[in-house]
Amino acid sequence: MVAKKKNAKSNLPSQKVLQELHMKMVRIRRFEERAGKMMEDGKIPGALHLYVGQEAVASGVMQHLSNKDWITSTHRGHGHLVAKGGEFKPMFAELFGRSTGYCRGKGGSMHISNMDLGMLGANGIVGGGPPIAMGAAFSNRFKKNKNVAVAFFGDGASNEGSVHEAINMASLYKLPCVFVCENNGYGEYTAQSRHQAIVDVADRASGYGMPGVVCDGMDVMAVYEAAGEAIERARKGSGPTLLECKTYRYYDHVGVRGMGLTYRTDEEVEEWKNKDAIEGFEKRLIQLGVMTKKKIENVHASVGKDIDEAIIFANESPYPMPEDLLDNVYNEET
Amino acid sequence: MSEAENKSVRELPYVMAINEGIKEVLREQKDAFIAGEDVAVAGGVYGYCTGLLDEFGEDRVVDTPISEKGIMGLGVGASATGCRPIIDLMFMDFVGECMDEIANQMAKMRFMFGGKATLPVTVLTMGGAGGSLAAQHSQSLEAWLAHLPGMKVVMPSDAYDAKGMIISASRDNNPVFVVLNKASLAMTMEVPEGSYEVPLGEACVRTQGKDLTIVAFGRMVHEAMASVEKLKAIGIEAEVIDARSVQPFDTETVVNSIKKTHRALVIHEAVKFGGIGGEISAQIQEEAFDYLDAPVMRVAAPFSPVPFSPALEKVYIPSSDSIVTKVKETLAL
Repeated sequence: MVAKKKNAKSNLPSQKVLQELHMKMVRIRRFEERAGKMMEDGKIPGALHLYVGQEAVASGVMQHLSNKDWITSTHRGHGHLVAKGGEFKPMFAELFGRSTGYCRGKGGSMHISNMDLGMLGANGIVGGGPPIAMGAAFSNRFKKNKNVAVAFFGDGASNEGSVHEAINMASLYKLPCVFVCENNGYGEYTAQSRHQAIVDVADRASGYGMPGVVCDGMDVMAVYEAAGEAIERARKGSGPTLLECKTYRYYDHVGVRGMGLTYRTDEEVEEWKNKDAIEGFEKRLIQLGVMTKKKIENVHASVGKDIDEAIIFANESPYPMPEDLLDNVYNEET
Repeated sequence: MSEAENKSVRELPYVMAINEGIKEVLREQKDAFIAGEDVAVAGGVYGYCTGLLDEFGEDRVVDTPISEKGIMGLGVGASATGCRPIIDLMFMDFVGECMDEIANQMAKMRFMFGGKATLPVTVLTMGGAGGSLAAQHSQSLEAWLAHLPGMKVVMPSDAYDAKGMIISASRDNNPVFVVLNKASLAMTMEVPEGSYEVPLGEACVRTQGKDLTIVAFGRMVHEAMASVEKLKAIGIEAEVIDARSVQPFDTETVVNSIKKTHRALVIHEAVKFGGIGGEISAQIQEEAFDYLDAPVMRVAAPFSPVPFSPALEKVYIPSSDSIVTKVKETLAL
């Protein structure tokens, strides 16, 4: 069984869905662009792995999920949280290390999470998420609800043993789980061709006895459609799918311009930017008469305003107090 | 321990006390299940999962592939999302296969999420030497786990504690490692029927004495108790404290004992260097220096992997004789 390639079909989702997909992508893009600037301005401490370029993946998948569905994310996790319904204020506050952040300033970018939204955390460990998502999917099945768990991971993580074990167990138990590989062509600074001998990570699905699907991760419609099938399959108890989305990060592994390492060419980056998920989708929305140019501009302006307000909120928020340090190490409730 | 009162008591080996502890948890907690290698159809390699599949069924007694990262990840994900899993890690040595899931996910998730995640997961695992199982199936690695903020680690030395601590661990809202000991599996004692707790984080004075305090972990409690008899014969009265819990550690019980005896000896089966005994010795010197009449001493395994040959393994594991020797040294006899 070789992974099948998916292209978006012609039957369109509703206007509402199309507009929500667009909104999700714009919210992620603007959030990440500003976060990058804030990091460069020294407002955000620590490491920041930005999702710019990959917006179509999180948005297309999350469109099918409710707050009761679980996801696990990666070190590049802000986009997943935004698409899952994360609000800008507590997100920026968390990146700023403030007590009003989603994790009270204790997690930061690499551990940003929100249990109420079904987001089981970004993860500083490559390959850390899939075993947890498999466990959450087990929990759903155990409790006999109809919720699913989606594990996001990269081409780099696909080489981790933990991912192999998680996918095998999810397939063995036919768990309501979807494994979404965001293949952005690089494991940190090492090109895919230098870290694995295959081109399509989804080919590995046959080794687990489950479907593997490849889709264009720069086309939100293609992701939406492929993810929809995989999630529906999981929800009805038919087991997991390995969905690979071919995508690209415009920024460096860390930060915006990163450490200036010469591991890829400017031409390559420009080539992918020509396939930009948001620009391409906006053209289609106008062609389809779903949104006008003006309406699209309004979306960008209103998201930008929300971000301005969130940054003011984060900036004015207090840092955690020294006495907060030892809170939350253990659950003291009995 | 009030739950244990008024319950009928019978002699039970350690292995069956573990079995009863798991059964009580599965009976009383509808969100509990047990998952691990060979736990369902085979009943577990040590026999303590006997009868679980028949009583609780496939949904709650889950055979897993030999995939420790997956199994531990299952415990993390399922506990964070509303289940109370018991994860069976066949040998403690296998923590190396899943240390990321233990150290970076399970122990830290609550803190990293600002207190918004709760992970009520119990991990059962088997430590200790004595069966010629050699270097990869005999270790005592409790210090690795006790070093992790967010993790609780207990070492029941006998059948009563094993059952009660499994029940307490499963009722606790934190990840708890229950480190069992294979050399104790056949040891019998009186164990109550039904459910009862042995509190996590409380040491227990096993025998009173005035001349020195012995703090022992896990099966070393039995070696310490055997040494007490030998010491009596030469006029020394040792007080033995079963630490029971490594993390959190009950410093208070130990310090109170030292205020009376003025001397202390810490005993564990793990290698001495970097073992938990170093931490306990340091705590004693921080909290009770003025009461000490002699340096705190340790009896532990030498800095070697666990050997295979019975001739070497016998030398490796601390014994009542090596404890007696060290006690005499501590008392300058």
